Amino acid sequence: MSTAQPQAASTSAYRRMEESITLSEEKVVEGSRELLTLNIGPHHPATHGVLRLLVTLDGEVVRDVKPIIGYVHTGIEKTAEQKSYWKVIPVVERMDYLSYFFNAMAYCGAVETLLEVEVPRRAQYLRVIHLELNRIMSHLVWLGTSALDLGAISVWWYCFREREMLLDLFEMSTGQRMHTRYIQVGGVAEDVPSGWIERVRAFTKVMPERAEVYGDLLNKNEILLQRLRGVCAVSQEELLALGVTGPLLRATGNPWDLRKAMPYSSYDDFDFKIPVGTQGDNYDRYAVRLAEIHESCKIIDQALDGLPEGPWITEDRKVALPPRHELATSMEALIHHFKLVTEGFRVPPGEVYYPIESPRGELACFVRSDGSSKPARVHMRDPSFVNLQATMPMVEGSLLADMVAALAMLDPVLGGVDR
Amino acid sequence: MPDATGMELLARELGERVEGCVLATRHFRGKGAIDVRPSSVVEVLRALRERGFDFLTSVHGLDYFPEEPRLGVQYELLDMSALDRLTVALRVPLEDPRVPSVTPDWPTANHQEREVFDMFGVIFDGHPDLRRILMPEDYEGHPQRRDFPVGGEPILFTHNETSSPRWFA
Repeated sequence: MSTAQPQAASTSAYRRMEESITLSEEKVVEGSRELLTLNIGPHHPATHGVLRLLVTLDGEVVRDVKPIIGYVHTGIEKTAEQKSYWKVIPVVERMDYLSYFFNAMAYCGAVETLLEVEVPRRAQYLRVIHLELNRIMSHLVWLGTSALDLGAISVWWYCFREREMLLDLFEMSTGQRMHTRYIQVGGVAEDVPSGWIERVRAFTKVMPERAEVYGDLLNKNEILLQRLRGVCAVSQEELLALGVTGPLLRATGNPWDLRKAMPYSSYDDFDFKIPVGTQGDNYDRYAVRLAEIHESCKIIDQALDGLPEGPWITEDRKVALPPRHELATSMEALIHHFKLVTEGFRVPPGEVYYPIESPRGELACFVRSDGSSKPARVHMRDPSFVNLQATMPMVEGSLLADMVAALAMLDPVLGGVDR
Repeated sequence: MPDATGMELLARELGERVEGCVLATRHFRGKGAIDVRPSSVVEVLRALRERGFDFLTSVHGLDYFPEEPRLGVQYELLDMSALDRLTVALRVPLEDPRVPSVTPDWPTANHQEREVFDMFGVIFDGHPDLRRILMPEDYEGHPQRRDFPVGGEPILFTHNETSSPRWFA
């Protein structure tokens, strides 16, 4: 009796869709045994977000990895096209939810380039301070969750303790802990309140010490070192071909950092070093980020020392809202306020690509203007999205447990990957 | 690219290497862009790589609706030693949105070309694995096109889920 059924009838539409994912050719490795396909995610603590991995295993050795993304795609780039320029800022901030200041900076920088608006020095410094605080915050979340993946639970509590201090600082200066909408087109939303600078100084005083403590906890942890040292190394040439930037590239010894190479927002005023690795393995990726926390503290201190007096947003009333008190006395201010709030400002036609160095690499915003008050196209070149392509060369031939470590050291933020 | 003159020189050099590839040059806000013929993009990027632009930072799509040809693809190149950036841009019509894929030369373009295909429907000939990347596999249409409506999908509630088509899928 034959029980075989026609293939087409037995496979459901869902099954066919699943199978289409593995349509790209399967790698056959010489001498490998029976291969096992394992699905990890999309909901899995080790994937740091809604990332799904289709892993082909040979015993415990990873032969192939296919990242499947799009689970948190929210169409932010499409949404941005429906909103006037200044209303886009809070939308793009929600892409990479750990580096919201960077998203806003890339977008505002692109719009400012189109408008040819001069950003006051004080605003540039305030931006730098917030960007670097944000970089530390992002690295703290990365360090805490990565150490957690590798079994070092206490580091997570310590990192989130310091992150809480940072979020309190953001709350004090911007009114929000996350997605602050602080960076505006032409400057920043508000001057920092009195007492804030002292609190930032207190933070930059304790943070390097605390970073030392993390280093002591982790660098002498034999289990952690065995999981990181010499694991999942990728050559610099391969990373460059894959478009990988940021700490992953610097871990291989390439000191490419846009803050130094192509300074923006007066980064050339500050004296800081670019930490680089030598091997390009997981340990170097970890060490580079930990060292970056120290360098960010140095930048913040210098920016606080040299914080110029003056306006914190451009005086160009066609772009920035007039001060509140002028509305009661000045007719022009009232008109400008009305125009900005209802229609928004118009931007000259053109296309601009504005790159900055985010905690994960080159974050760039592409904005096309058609001359109206809404952008015709907003695209974020998100480093997480591009860097994710390095998963396969990183983990090929390594153990499944090392893949978890490599993914943690890759530091993808799925909100940025899917946008 | 520091000035428009340098841009023109580069365009002439490219035009000599790849016959008739350059359609126009632009210099906007301190950055150069070259409009190229879609069929020549692989050779153009190869020639630019030899000239130092050896890092492809971004590939992204555009929709120039209602202008024609409607769809655009832009390649952002970076020269890490000369600290220079350059945009290579091309436009293809909606009826025949075919562009040769640069993924064999530049592995970083893999996911980004898939995104452009997903969002704009540009077909990259020679791409090893051209599938949707962000939208669901069975999604119809290319949502980043300017004439694609916003808010067109019905929201499922318990009171209307049985009457909505394919609510169980």
